[in-house]
Amino acid sequence: MIKKNIATNEFGFVFNPATGDSYSSNPMAAEIIQLMKENLSLNEIKKMLLDKYEVDKMILEKDLDEFVGLLKENNLLSN
Amino acid sequence: MNENKSPLVIAVTGLNAIDSPGPGVAVIRALRDGMTQPIRIIGLAYENLEPGIYMDGICDKTYQISYPAAGAEVLYNVIKSIHEKEKIDVIIPNFDAELYNFITIAPRLKALGIHSFLPDFEMFDARDKLNLYAFGKKHNLLVPKDKPIYTVSELEALGEEFGYPLVVKGKYYEAVVAYTLEQAQKAFYKISTKWGMPIIVQQFINGTEVNIAALGDGEGGATSIIPMRKMYITDKGKAWAGITLEDDTLIDLAKKIVAATKWRGGFEVEIMKTAKDELYIMEINPRFPAWIYLTAGAGQNQPAALIKLAMGEKVIPFTSYDVGKLFIRYSWDHIVDVSKFQQFTAFGSL
Amino acid sequence: MSKLKYERPLIKKMHAGMMNKFGSQDENTPVTHIDGVSVKSLIDTYGSPVFVLSEQKIRQNYKSAVRAFTTRYPKVQFAWSYKTHYNNAVCNIFHQEGSWAEVVSGFEYKKALGNGVPGSNIIFNGPDKHIDEMQLAIENDSLLHIDHFEELYLLIDLCARLDKKARVAIRVNMDTGVYPMWDRFGFNYENGQAWQALTKIIESGKLHLVGLHAHIGTYMLSTAAYGVAATKLCDLATKCKAELHTAVKYIDLGGGFPSANTLKGAIGQVPTPSVDEFAEVITSTILNYGFNTEELPLLILESGRVMIDDAGYLLGTVLANKKLSDGRKATIMDFGVNIMFTSFWYDHKISPAQEVSHFNEDTVMYGPLCMNIDIVRETVNLPLLNRGDHVVVHKVGAYNMTQWMQFIAMRPNIVLIDTNNHTHIIRKAETLDYLQELELMPDHLKRKN
Repeated sequence: MIKKNIATNEFGFVFNPATGDSYSSNPMAAEIIQLMKENLSLNEIKKMLLDKYEVDKMILEKDLDEFVGLLKENNLLSN
Repeated sequence: MNENKSPLVIAVTGLNAIDSPGPGVAVIRALRDGMTQPIRIIGLAYENLEPGIYMDGICDKTYQISYPAAGAEVLYNVIKSIHEKEKIDVIIPNFDAELYNFITIAPRLKALGIHSFLPDFEMFDARDKLNLYAFGKKHNLLVPKDKPIYTVSELEALGEEFGYPLVVKGKYYEAVVAYTLEQAQKAFYKISTKWGMPIIVQQFINGTEVNIAALGDGEGGATSIIPMRKMYITDKGKAWAGITLEDDTLIDLAKKIVAATKWRGGFEVEIMKTAKDELYIMEINPRFPAWIYLTAGAGQNQPAALIKLAMGEKVIPFTSYDVGKLFIRYSWDHIVDVSKFQQFTAFGSL
Repeated sequence: MSKLKYERPLIKKMHAGMMNKFGSQDENTPVTHIDGVSVKSLIDTYGSPVFVLSEQKIRQNYKSAVRAFTTRYPKVQFAWSYKTHYNNAVCNIFHQEGSWAEVVSGFEYKKALGNGVPGSNIIFNGPDKHIDEMQLAIENDSLLHIDHFEELYLLIDLCARLDKKARVAIRVNMDTGVYPMWDRFGFNYENGQAWQALTKIIESGKLHLVGLHAHIGTYMLSTAAYGVAATKLCDLATKCKAELHTAVKYIDLGGGFPSANTLKGAIGQVPTPSVDEFAEVITSTILNYGFNTEELPLLILESGRVMIDDAGYLLGTVLANKKLSDGRKATIMDFGVNIMFTSFWYDHKISPAQEVSHFNEDTVMYGPLCMNIDIVRETVNLPLLNRGDHVVVHKVGAYNMTQWMQFIAMRPNIVLIDTNNHTHIIRKAETLDYLQELELMPDHLKRKN
């Protein structure tokens, strides 16, 4: 899942020490990254977010898939 | 009146002290040296890697501002919101491209209490590339002849009028010295594909380049004039080192320009001095040059004088300066933590 | 416990040099209402997409343009440029305000007559006036602006047959220092063509020369060019008086004033001069030219765009979000170049129509057509929009509702918000019946049951 050495902070900044790239994220993305760092699976994360936020399951699924794709593209995932 | 102990807040743009530098950092250094009262410097940056944002002892705080293309309205709103936090007293814009917007909003900034010392549009337009020849003609100053052209067929007649070599220039950038009609045509096609129309054809002037940094008081008087010759230039044509000169003809020329335009603010004149000692005005840049710190070093601190003029104080024109003062530009690797970069990039202030 | 508001997760790489555009949040301030009417209610009532026009803004624009000129010059007349927007309701706003009509085709001419504009207050421009249309214009005593010699000879002929003198002007093209030069319309000043045409008009004895017309270009950013144009028309007018013993009654400087839209590919900021700045140059040129006060010509302006562009909005809805093969984000809207022709040359400002967070992203904005060039904005920085969210496109009042295409999608409703904030449909959304009304079916292709 998400690379262990990815640094995040309270402002939603993400830093990839392996590439030197910095990222900014919105609170939703920061929360998901945090949950991923806590080793939760995507399904668990989806469930948690559905409970917590006013969002349609289909839309969340699409957004999450896209987001994971984005993380992968940016070399932030380990597998 | 109450004695106001709070520092004078001065906002400055052009913090890109890189290989082709903006004047901001040099202006700030001059202010830090030359202002007798306490000052607080607010940097205004367009990009997140402008060194002046991160350098120690330059800006007390830096804000991101919108690119000139966003327009005067957006700029006004950005400056206004910064002003609400910082209470800016004076603003010194340092880029050609941003001046139009700053001149546009200057009266409204004044109404907010933000002073500036800028030329008006009439002065600004008079020295524009496209109007410079007419300006020279009107005031009996030498300016190389030029003409904007739109078709390649106009080159032949101009070749006869100007003689070869001549200079084929793009609207914004790039210039080629052409020695034959064929070369001029080639340059026309090459540059017009890249930069569009018109193409500017200019008479070629052979000589030594000399630069002048000057400060006009807005009433026809020159508060300061410092002539300088570049001793060495980088491959981008920027000064690597330069030296102050003693030459009354240069000072007279600058005085004439100030008197003719009633220039208000800082400006730079690029001059070509021919073998016959003719002084051709190649360009007038409507702001301080990047080498402006040399004026402070030579005893005429132009940025500090500009602040006084902007605040409505009387400034007695300088009469002397140190001749033979050199500046040598150097680069310097400044170490910054990534968090500062992140913060400035994301929040637009540091 | 009620759930929290959701926002699509977003992560953005920080680039060296270019800033993430958090600094320009105010560009994305939501526009939830137009003239006090909510965008949502407009879309609920009139569908999406829908064009919305502000009558108040139109009247304001007109009044301030008139003020710009009348405070500087004693005799001024505006003529509404029909091609800019010829919906009758819109035309009548201008006519109520005192505007004449400026038309460039027979059907526009008839529209103006139908709107109750007196024939003598209609200016007929353009290179394609049919003979029957010219005849109608002559009979109605309208102002015919001649574009080419063929037209001039036809008109002389026609007047001879009708035994009626047409009131005419010639359109003059000239070098005003702005390129490209619009030398395809009218008679050239510099090469003497214009003078030749004027001489011919007077010599014919069949035409009544009343004016001189120039229209130097569109979306002009130089006020100086109008000064040059005014000077050259004044030169011609003086020469007419001296050599042809004919005093022209008016000088028509056409239109071409820009609106505050952003032209595509503009390198750096190209500031657009205000109507006041144009008025200053034009009126001071004519006033300083040296006419006797009683001989000062009437000044006619045919401004279109600057009067209505910012009074028009297009409201639309997000259909989908997509990621392109190169990683760029794309947003598909329910409106495209079919109804927003001007997106070919403007980067239209687009605002979200509902509350948004300050997180935003660059996206390509596509229209709904199955056509690759259907691009509304090549790149626009917007908050994270979801399917069903609404947007407001600004400054679409000029040309879009005359140049729109009936391609793939039909044209939507046009709604006018009056000065009391009441809404009126001024053109109904097209229907299949409307679309097929003019179609005819040959017998052999008729469906047999």
